[in-house]
Amino acid sequence: MITPRKRMRRPPSTLGAFVTKELHHILRDRQTLAILLLMPLVQVLLFGYALRTDIRDLRVAVVDPTPDVATQRLRTRLAATARFRLVTVSPTTKVLPELFQRRTADVAIVLPTSFASTLGRGDTAQVLLVTDASDPNTGTTMQVYVRSVLADFERELEGARPRAGAPIIGIASRMRFNPTLESANLFVPGLIALVLTLVSALMTAISLSREKELGTLEVLLVSPLRPWQIIVGKVVPYLVLGFAITCLVLTAARIAFHVPLRGSVTLLLAESVLFTIVSLSLGVLVAARTSSQRAAMLGALVGTMMPTALLSGMIFPITSMPGWLQPVTRIVPARWFIVIARGIMLKGIGIEYLWRETAVLAGMALLLLVAATRSFHAHLD
Amino acid sequence: MTGSARGDRSIEVDGLTRRFGTFTAVDAISFDVAQGEVFGFLGANGAGKTTAIRMLIGLLAPTAGSARVAGYDVATQAEMVKRNIGYMSQRFSLYEDLTVRENITLYGGIYGLSDEAIEKRTAELVDRLDLRDDVDTRVKSIPLGWKQKLAFSVAVLHDPKVVFLDEPTGGVDPITRRQFWELIYTTAAAGTTVFVTTHYMDEAEYCDRVSIMVDGRIVALGTPSELKAQYEARTIDDVFVRLARAGNAA
Amino acid sequence: MRILRFLLRKEYLQIFRDRFMVAQMLLLPVIQLAILANAATFEVKGARLVVVDEDRTTSSRGLIDRFVASRRFQLAPAPVSTRGADEAMLRRQAGAILRIPIAFERDLVRTRAAQVQLVLNAEDGAAAGVMLGYAQRIVADYADELGATLPGASLAMATVRAGQPTLDVRTRGWYNPELDYRFYMVPGILVQLVTMVGTFLTALNIVREKELGTLEQLNVTPITRGQFIAAKLIPLWSLGLLGLAIGLAVARFAFHVPIRGSVLLVFGTASVYLLAALSVGLLVSTMVETQQQAMFVTFFIVLVYLLMSGLFTPVRSMPTWAQWIAQANPTMHYMEIMRGIMLRGAGLREIAHHLAVLAVCAVAVFTLSVRQYAKRAV
Repeated sequence: MITPRKRMRRPPSTLGAFVTKELHHILRDRQTLAILLLMPLVQVLLFGYALRTDIRDLRVAVVDPTPDVATQRLRTRLAATARFRLVTVSPTTKVLPELFQRRTADVAIVLPTSFASTLGRGDTAQVLLVTDASDPNTGTTMQVYVRSVLADFERELEGARPRAGAPIIGIASRMRFNPTLESANLFVPGLIALVLTLVSALMTAISLSREKELGTLEVLLVSPLRPWQIIVGKVVPYLVLGFAITCLVLTAARIAFHVPLRGSVTLLLAESVLFTIVSLSLGVLVAARTSSQRAAMLGALVGTMMPTALLSGMIFPITSMPGWLQPVTRIVPARWFIVIARGIMLKGIGIEYLWRETAVLAGMALLLLVAATRSFHAHLD
Repeated sequence: MTGSARGDRSIEVDGLTRRFGTFTAVDAISFDVAQGEVFGFLGANGAGKTTAIRMLIGLLAPTAGSARVAGYDVATQAEMVKRNIGYMSQRFSLYEDLTVRENITLYGGIYGLSDEAIEKRTAELVDRLDLRDDVDTRVKSIPLGWKQKLAFSVAVLHDPKVVFLDEPTGGVDPITRRQFWELIYTTAAAGTTVFVTTHYMDEAEYCDRVSIMVDGRIVALGTPSELKAQYEARTIDDVFVRLARAGNAA
Repeated sequence: MRILRFLLRKEYLQIFRDRFMVAQMLLLPVIQLAILANAATFEVKGARLVVVDEDRTTSSRGLIDRFVASRRFQLAPAPVSTRGADEAMLRRQAGAILRIPIAFERDLVRTRAAQVQLVLNAEDGAAAGVMLGYAQRIVADYADELGATLPGASLAMATVRAGQPTLDVRTRGWYNPELDYRFYMVPGILVQLVTMVGTFLTALNIVREKELGTLEQLNVTPITRGQFIAAKLIPLWSLGLLGLAIGLAVARFAFHVPIRGSVLLVFGTASVYLLAALSVGLLVSTMVETQQQAMFVTFFIVLVYLLMSGLFTPVRSMPTWAQWIAQANPTMHYMEIMRGIMLRGAGLREIAHHLAVLAVCAVAVFTLSVRQYAKRAV
């Protein structure tokens, strides 16, 4: 007996036509497309050029109750230091709260009274360094800068002899894989992950749930297309789009910032595709399990974008996180992808070193694809 | 029944045109509608009906020509027009997450009805539509047929001079459609002009007069009987087919 | 006026029946706060240190002990060679490699100067810099200690110590002496919350009505543009303030981040900022047709505003051209205001400049967006 299904099976070209229609649909939505292309580019620019943590212009205030020869020398020295800018000299610490409140000064050096005579006697002079520690990172860095200038000053004091007895142990340091600590090098892998998550997970979730809401999905379900074909058809255009955007980001990063790509481009792109599949499956899952566009949006934001931005190691290193949080990050797919991307781009390593991470991603992809298809059947059929 | 004997013209359209770039959606249409008339504005999808109606209700500015609705010019006095008309869109435009009562109260308030008037009308409406048990139910839980009737009733809540209905019977079963048209008749009989667009040609029979739009132009205008006679057709549907073919051949 | 009252009632009813709006508003920032409170740190604890000790003397072992004792580093099993160490780094099994060359102790005794090599895994960037800083402290402290214990040193030291001018540098970190990153992030997250509610939710709300067709229905009624906009913005404005209140409460009671300044000022400035944020949302809603588009466009805009406001990285570290752009960014000014009030206890006088710019921005964007909104298409 010929089963109706068999009789109705169409040649694969139907799926092809469907995918083409979906692609056209996406391309016609100019506004979203523009954002999808523009956003990663702007982010590359921002992260590469504008978002840095180095301090180039340190504004120093000096509190000098009893100006004398020594304080003058120190002040001259401070003014002459490349990164520093002497903004004010005051006899009292009363000005400090205002200075810091108005953000006119970053650092204040409070000198003691009778600075020159204390030093002349060969005694220890107490210097107080006040920093705006609101931002702990910059606060610490500023401290380090000022301390080193003060240390230089100390060494050159009259009557100072080379400190025989206290040896000097120097550190010849090398930053492996990213010698200049170039910020772009660090952000680009994470950016790719973020953008791919945005396109694959978020967009898919919203687009599918929109069709569900509008009822056009039901129309598809009664067509000769099988459910898995519908999923593939919906998902492939975003795969293509994600791929295109990845290439765009990589090219932009390389041109603008000479971000290295020491490993195999093919491997990197292949891994991107793998990661995209994982994100897409997540998107489909979110769409299947939620009842409206708005819910899908929320679900996708909380379930995919947020973990990718915060818990993947993109901005905050996983090794710095508390012990209990670190294992939790293992379920964030982006975490594995970032290790892979950084490995390929900065370290130039290949699959021999990255097989574990790739296997995890592949496993996730498989698991999620199966879950997504089954959810689709259960909730959308 | 024809209503053309009654007072001033409710809708006067003269050479109304709307262009989008090089495309002319509405091409110099002209017609009048009398007060209390039920006027059917027919045409295939894409013929320009929606664009035309949007100009008449003040949502779209005309490129050329003029129109007066309820005595006001749609181009220069759009806000006055809006005060005197009611509108029911294809999607019924009720707030699904609000209850029946809340929807009525909202539109009543918007059109300036007093609190007592709103209460009175709500009671009347709910009675007439047999929604007493559902007055505090969210609209999304109400069956389609009731939603449709509710949307219409809300559109005429403030006793407008003209009510515009854009494809009001889409997706509704024939019985409900009949009931709906009865509502329309009641409203027209009370003096409100009813301007209906539809692509259901059989509904044309229910109207006092109809116009048929093809490619942005009005190609026929008159009572159903007149048109059937003119084109030697048995139904308006046949009239339309004949006109559409003629349009293609031209 | 009366019509406005009816419109407002409808808006509030809709908002509070909308589970997602509320969830989005509360859930997102709370989760973010929770995650960031724990994840947002660049501190390094227990970095895996691979040591290649070619010297194997008391001095070298002493140095290694110091590294371990600092608890910043954790000793990884020692590989045989430098190559093995390098391999470990490629495999992410080592965060740092310390190589103590063979003549370490000898150089210390003879010339009072020696060098070690430190290779840091800069794959994660931030961690590497921090690790270097720790290493430098550890090494410097060790050197000082050694000064007293090295053979032949004590005599030289004693004679030299007297009459030696020195500087004793103490540091005081103001506003955040514990260097708690949470402290710094919380105002930032609250700014994000307010911005999202203001811009994102407004755009989505209005575009939703567009998509459903109810906006068209409203445009056919005699309500004025002003009434429509007021009816939309007022509830969302109050929602923004409510969200801020909840966020502040969570920050205060769950994460113990205090508000050093005036709470009234916090809400006052938030009100002004919200006008700007809401206006942007309104503006976006006039430019897009679907909720999906609204989401993406506002997401993009909000992201750029937030990144350029100093949320994660200081505005002062930006290149000059970027700093100029940041000056026109209302979010940047609001960020400064929030951080000023919450962390530094700033009063109206201190933030006046920022507030003024914020007010001007708000009025400008508001005017623009109102003009863009039309009840009739032309």
